[in-house]
Amino acid sequence: MSNKVYDVVVVGSGPGGLAAAISAKKNGANSILVIERDIELGGILLQCIHNGFGVEIFKEDLPGPSYAQRFIDEALNLGIESLLDTMVLEAAPDRRLTVTSKQNGLQEIQAKALIFAMGCRERTRAQVQLPGSRPAGVYTAGTAQRWVNVEGFMPGKRFVILGSGDIGMIMARRLTFEGAKVERVLEIMPYLSGLTRNYVQCLHDFDIPLQLQHTVKRIIGSERVEAIETVAVNDHWEHIPGSEEIIPCDTLLLSVGLIPENELSRQVGVILDPVTGGPVVDSYFHTNIDGIFAAGNVVHVYDLVDWVTKAGYAAGKGAALYAQGKLGNPEHTIQSSAGKNVRYVVPQKIDPRALTQQVIPLQMRVTHPIESPVWVEAVVNEERLIRRSLPYARPGEMITLNLKPNLAGKIKSASEIKINIIER
Amino acid sequence: MTHNDINHNQGPMEIICVACPKGCRLEVRREQGEILVSNAGCKRGIDYAVGEINDPRRMVASTVRVNNCLHPLVPVYTESPFPKGMIKDLLHEIRGVQIDAPVKIGQVIIKNALNTGINIISSRDLN
Repeated sequence: MSNKVYDVVVVGSGPGGLAAAISAKKNGANSILVIERDIELGGILLQCIHNGFGVEIFKEDLPGPSYAQRFIDEALNLGIESLLDTMVLEAAPDRRLTVTSKQNGLQEIQAKALIFAMGCRERTRAQVQLPGSRPAGVYTAGTAQRWVNVEGFMPGKRFVILGSGDIGMIMARRLTFEGAKVERVLEIMPYLSGLTRNYVQCLHDFDIPLQLQHTVKRIIGSERVEAIETVAVNDHWEHIPGSEEIIPCDTLLLSVGLIPENELSRQVGVILDPVTGGPVVDSYFHTNIDGIFAAGNVVHVYDLVDWVTKAGYAAGKGAALYAQGKLGNPEHTIQSSAGKNVRYVVPQKIDPRALTQQVIPLQMRVTHPIESPVWVEAVVNEERLIRRSLPYARPGEMITLNLKPNLAGKIKSASEIKINIIER
Repeated sequence: MTHNDINHNQGPMEIICVACPKGCRLEVRREQGEILVSNAGCKRGIDYAVGEINDPRRMVASTVRVNNCLHPLVPVYTESPFPKGMIKDLLHEIRGVQIDAPVKIGQVIIKNALNTGINIISSRDLN
């Protein structure tokens, strides 16, 4: 079995992994390897053929594959190595990976610093516990997206989509473009879970009905889906008797949430945040395991790829510094904590030394929609450090509060920064 | 109801603004040729509504068949927003196209689609 040593090894070549690899190179790491299980670099962006990527980073409105290609080209120009069609079987806390591929067989790879960038996975039928028979024709929206946009076949002719996440709405339009009929989109919550723009351009434009506070009561069909029984729900997700409806269709797509993919992180003992499902990290996205970092949707699910890229840059810098022995252990870290109306905050730990050199963006989600102006505030020892105003706060749209270097002195001996989102 | 219906219908219609993520529900009516917009949270909403009434456009992305290649399809998109009323015809035209690999990012796949002056271009390299 061959054994190679790299300064930085990145697992996953989506936007988080590519940005991390590029940033590691630019911050002084010499040898960098990206490991990808697919046959090409780029990750899920390659199947996201719609526009809307890059508005933050490039001030351009790009399709997913074009956004990915900018980073693929840059990584290759910087001499970053990659292993394609290669699966990481095992990771050890000393940053040793066992990987396998058809081409090279089993290999051991040692990283001085390791970056996890495995992205996230879709929630499946089993995870939302849909009752009914188990016929063919029940798929996640992202799987259907891969089939339609990359592999070139249609999974059905008449669709019902459960969940108003962005991928579900985008697939509703895409399937309509390819001649399918999308009967309706069901959402159990009383509000849209994706972006308004996607509602307008993917559903409203094509007269695809969206039913809020509705869900699937039963999947009907033996070999193949034949119909879906839908039902209205109340605020506690309880079925409202008498509201049932049978919708004939041959396919049910699920767009019911994404979960950070942390099988390898668990294997090496990375502590996960029970709310985000991703590692507990500091502002370099350093986990509790020395020299192991996390980049992108593996940490928490972002709504814009541009933010994934920025997180990848931060993780790549941290990993490069670590590999060069320049990232010592902090004497003291500050916990960031979710206060009033805040579901979670990332990073969960702040190294006050890092804040002396750069702005640290705290990213969070609100617990429920607040459709009136709010303050987002950071509080230390009952004293408000900083606040910003927003016209509204919604769970589907991540909120950022920047901690600036001028606050470093004020917080250096604090043990906790609490973030609140309060109505003005 | 499509947005163009307002030209034949004197009643107000609702347009959800997507100029920012707030999603204001604009009420739009036409009175003696003038487009009147209410419920806009800012001026951008008024511009959006007028654009939606006079010349609604959308970015369109799809795929075309490609021969001798890593994948059977290459993703393509409209270089700039495309007239909404012609999207169906555009998709029909895209469906009829077949090209040979290699494809370069930005390569023109359909020139001047449906005489709009808008090219359909490739989203990526594909070999």
